[in-house]
Amino acid sequence: MTVAVPLSLAEAFDELSRTPDARLIQGGTDLMVEINFNHVKPANVIALRRIKELRTWHVNSNNTITIGSGVPYQEMETGQLKELLPALAEAARTVGSPQIRAAGTLGGNLGTCSPAGDGLPVLFALDAIVHLQSLESSRDLSIHDFMLGVKRNARTANEIITGVTVPVLDGWQGYAKVGVRNAMVISVASACLAVDKKSNSVRIALGAVGPTIIRCRDAESWLVQQFDLSIATSIDPAIALEFGRRVALESKPIDDHRSTADYRRHAVGVLAKRLITRAYPS
Amino acid sequence: MSTVKQDTRHRDILGTSALRPDGVAKVTGAFSFSSDMWAENMLWGATLRSPHPYARIISIDTTAALLISGVSAVITAQDVPGKATYGLISADQPVFASDFVRYMGEPIAAVAADHPETCRRALAAIIVNYEVLTPVVDPELAMLATTEQIHPDGNLIRHQHILHGEAHITSDITVEGNYTIGMQDQAFLGLEAAMAFPDSGGNGVELHIATQWLHEDRGQIAACLNLPEDSVRVVLGGVGGAFGAREDISLQVHCCLLALRTGRPIKMQYSREESFFGHVHRHPAKIWMKHHATKEGKIVKVESRMVFDGGAYTSTSPAVLINGITHTQGPYQCDNAVVDGYAVRTNNPPCGAMRGFGVVQACFAHESQMDKLAHACGLSPVEVRLINAMHTGDKLITGQVMESVAPVERCIRETDLIPLPAPLALDANVLEFPGGSGRTADRHNIVRGIGWGVSMKNLMYSEGFDDYATARCTLSNGIASLKFATSEVGQGFVTLAPQIARSVLGVDDVVLETSDTQIGSAGSTSASRQTWMSGGAVDGACRLVRERLFEHVGRLHNIDPIRLMIEHTDVIDTIGTFRISVTQATQGITLSETFEHHHRKTEDLDENGQGNCHVAFAFVAHRAVVDVDIELGLVKVVQVATAQDVGRVLNPLSALGQLEGGIAQGLGLAVMEEIILDNGRVKNPSFTDYLLPTALDAPHVVAIMIEEPEPQAPLGAKGIGEPPCISVTPAIVAAIRAATGKALSRVPVRPQDICL
Amino acid sequence: MNNSIGNEMYTLHINGQDRPVKDAWVGESLLYVLRERLELPGAKGACEQGECGSCTVIMDGDAVCSCLVMAATAVGADIVTVEGLIENDPSMAVTAQTITSQITDVQQAFIEEGGVQCGFCTPGLIVAVHHLLEKNPEPTELQVKESISGNICRCTGYGRIFAAVEAVVQVRKASR
Ligand SMILES: Cc1cc2nc3c(=O)[nH]c(=O)nc-3n(C[C@H](O)[C@H](O)[C@H](O)COP(=O)(O)OP(=O)(O)OC[C@H]3O[C@@H](n4cnc5c(N)ncnc54)[C@H](O)[C@@H]3O)c2cc1C
Ligand code: FES
Ligand code: FES
Repeated sequence: MTVAVPLSLAEAFDELSRTPDARLIQGGTDLMVEINFNHVKPANVIALRRIKELRTWHVNSNNTITIGSGVPYQEMETGQLKELLPALAEAARTVGSPQIRAAGTLGGNLGTCSPAGDGLPVLFALDAIVHLQSLESSRDLSIHDFMLGVKRNARTANEIITGVTVPVLDGWQGYAKVGVRNAMVISVASACLAVDKKSNSVRIALGAVGPTIIRCRDAESWLVQQFDLSIATSIDPAIALEFGRRVALESKPIDDHRSTADYRRHAVGVLAKRLITRAYPS
Repeated sequence: MSTVKQDTRHRDILGTSALRPDGVAKVTGAFSFSSDMWAENMLWGATLRSPHPYARIISIDTTAALLISGVSAVITAQDVPGKATYGLISADQPVFASDFVRYMGEPIAAVAADHPETCRRALAAIIVNYEVLTPVVDPELAMLATTEQIHPDGNLIRHQHILHGEAHITSDITVEGNYTIGMQDQAFLGLEAAMAFPDSGGNGVELHIATQWLHEDRGQIAACLNLPEDSVRVVLGGVGGAFGAREDISLQVHCCLLALRTGRPIKMQYSREESFFGHVHRHPAKIWMKHHATKEGKIVKVESRMVFDGGAYTSTSPAVLINGITHTQGPYQCDNAVVDGYAVRTNNPPCGAMRGFGVVQACFAHESQMDKLAHACGLSPVEVRLINAMHTGDKLITGQVMESVAPVERCIRETDLIPLPAPLALDANVLEFPGGSGRTADRHNIVRGIGWGVSMKNLMYSEGFDDYATARCTLSNGIASLKFATSEVGQGFVTLAPQIARSVLGVDDVVLETSDTQIGSAGSTSASRQTWMSGGAVDGACRLVRERLFEHVGRLHNIDPIRLMIEHTDVIDTIGTFRISVTQATQGITLSETFEHHHRKTEDLDENGQGNCHVAFAFVAHRAVVDVDIELGLVKVVQVATAQDVGRVLNPLSALGQLEGGIAQGLGLAVMEEIILDNGRVKNPSFTDYLLPTALDAPHVVAIMIEEPEPQAPLGAKGIGEPPCISVTPAIVAAIRAATGKALSRVPVRPQDICL
Repeated sequence: MNNSIGNEMYTLHINGQDRPVKDAWVGESLLYVLRERLELPGAKGACEQGECGSCTVIMDGDAVCSCLVMAATAVGADIVTVEGLIENDPSMAVTAQTITSQITDVQQAFIEEGGVQCGFCTPGLIVAVHHLLEKNPEPTELQVKESISGNICRCTGYGRIFAAVEAVVQVRKASR
């Protein structure tokens, strides 16, 4: 049994090739719960927390941002990241508590791939690219191809998620999440909406209402036919309402101990209506 | 935020905001909770629990577990040397299940090993064969003779009927409703934990445990261990909250058995998940209630049928039931009543004591009814409650006369005078909206509502139970030391007891001895009773010592002791000039007295539910202001205003802490806290899914304490622990109704109840 | 303590000291190691899933839940527990109000304002509040609430805890 704490990606890959069954751990806010609750008993562990490369982010020349998989949520809540990616900042701020946001990361959110993960709807709305790297190779995968189902993703055991790249859009974007408590709550239903005026497009992605995050392509394309997103400043309330209705239709929620399918379907409709109205106040 | 008037404290006597003597230890992390104990050579204990709500045990094979390196013992029902069952009221709960498991999480075996992970592996290696049976989970069905009886004693734990006045009388107006109360968890933060030390030779054991009632634990443990009571010493370990969940046995017997079996100290502590299975919960209840009233809104008769789901074992269900039905009328006059209450066994988790003890359930129903009545009569919620408010001297539906001070009207009026909060600002921060950090609402989605709740709560134990308390006071060289078995669970008795001693004896230095079973019982830290009962015992013991002191000083200085009194820290002659400090007067002598405080006798109810079954009562009014996002069904409680009948404030700071803390728990039941069951299975045994109010959910509390000293109470003070959490729940729900127009007949209110 | 299932050896840096850990099991959380191996029981465990904050410690300048830190991965990190606050707290100089000079102004305020009942949440809250006031010496009421929203208190309803934080802020402000 080993616990490795590599200081660089290169060292981490060395470790991974030595112990191919090793569990990766970043902030630990998902994995340690599994261990404490007796669901996972890791033999070998590689901790990524001290790998500086994974804890940085930068703006690329093509107006995109690459965020390392080890950047904690608290860094996304403020500063330049918040200015450029407001929806991510809002999503980050809803994650758990300050203690969780100091440790938890997008890498872990992607590694776990829970449909209730708050980072994921943002990545889906922004058509993020997920960067995966192994000792031999590296690949970029669209987020839509990365998340396969409830807690299932396309990462292979020898890969490390090094980061994600998302575009800086020109337009309003935001995130909203329903929970039964005013702080520190796992999503019952959530939605991320992002407008891109340049491409006259809107994207809406839903969390916790299906086995994966759901992009509401039909509602999106319906909406762009209703008005010109690139020049409009307000929205007809009837259109916002109809948009919400259409979004709700695309959700595939279930009943569980956190809520009911009916409520979740209703809630994402309301969130969609409200988010588009925030983008285009009526 | 309420503010406390901080009297300048010269001496920490009664009435001042004396600070907790354990405060420094608690803020530095040095305080020893029962989970903080450690011993040389100790082993860890752990419990194997049933994954099924109802099953027959066919076989248990522990061989593989015993072979795991590091495992010292595996025990099952066969290894219980004494009584195979325990229980507070009737001993129907097995130490370990051997024939049937009757709820999910029921203990089957326990192991001792060198590391918690070794314990977990050992538990996984125990093979239990079950014949899984269909659980009985609906108490209405469980009550029927045609339903499978899950226990040799049958499924009906208790039925009690109340008939008072005229059964068939009616009046101009009737209002009725069906109400549902969900299963709430006490969710104390300090999980169940204990350490047991076997006596060398194995003929006795010392258990350090976080509990509410040392002596009751000792009796039940000794019976199961087949040891005389004095071979079982129970010592209070630091308690991280209780709220009723530490009144029943949890790991006590298991821990002692493992210690005796291995001859080594055993540390046991539950995880949060296990804790949800390891202690009783608040009874879920279904209540039908009907009020008959004049068109002016005066109550003529109340009818009710209450069904409490007791879960698999009895615990305190019979007493909870009686509390529920005898509080059907709430704090209102009512001359005629027909009530039937049932406590029923099912294959759901066992239910028992939780802060409010049966009255929470009844209060949600009667307060919802009062609003319906107000509506039917065209009265405001305040008016209808004032018209019906109970007074001292009124007869209750049990026939008992209300002898307690009963300032119900004052509670309501003073609460009504508390200013309402400012409207939600147009530029308010989104964190203040319902939905909080989820940023779900915009300002215009939010509607405000105001609601009321008023309650009556009995204090101490009922139905003939003599829950006395014992204390010893020893005075020597100006230092008083106090000994009692009272459980300090956070409520602040360790602050109060020295305050009493200082007030009575004129000393400043008070030492508290260990709370253990080396003195008589103190009764349980529950039923809002310790200030009254253990406070009464400490006061009594100190007064006896003071008499001895006066005799001693009188003899030495040739003064009739009757002329002596305490002034500040001196003994003085009331009609002379003689004065001596208590410190000087007690140099070189030791005065020691023990006192038992008994409350007045109560009686059983007869078949019509008549009888003086309760000791005393306290009252409180709550007014809640909520902001609701109607479309999403999310709620933020903005303000809770309250005026509580406290008798006398003995420590303003700790009293306010009780009020605010109780309100937060009542808020939890109103809008978020519920153990969710699916066919007997607990679906949310974790803090991820059993939600407790956070700092962002806490309302602004404005509290007034109404001081009308209670003549029956030794210190004039009523119990204040339970009332705060009782009527705040219906007040919040009423406020949500006011904002939304929805009927809302169940708690907790879920988003879908509001918006779908 | 010897045991049959672990052989991890590592050294943690806690409250300014190197603390070797022997024969540990990989799955042990920092909370477990602090409490059961290093005689630092100040951090409490009430959920072991990051939901209560009772186990809050400072790790490399951040307040984190020690129950979610795999202890063996915390090598090289600077860890401060509630036991380490007293020596490490720069505000100790301005605690004229304190009854005993052994405790910090935050700790003192928790006692004086009634922020402590059973006390199980208290060490975690004390650490969280110290951390908050270090980053933000004059937080608004809402900032205080948000920053301790991960610290559950079941006894107090938070009112006296808010009062305690407010009291510290005022005293520190006056003495600046
Ligand atoms: C109290 C609490 C509240 C929470 N609240 C929320 C919430 O509101 N919203 C939310 O979305 N989540 C929440 N979470 C879950 C968790 O915080 C997030 O999913 C977080 O993003 C996980 O990040 P981490 O770095 O801590 O993950 P870790 O626990 O370190 O890892 C999670 C998984 O990802 C894998 N992994 C980590 N990094 C990599 C990598 N670089 N490459 C490949 N695999 C990797 C790990 O092997 C593991 O399987 C909460 C958790 C807790 C304990
Ligand atoms: S024990 Fe770590 S947050 Fe609860
Ligand atoms: S004081 Fe008991 S949990 Fe906070």
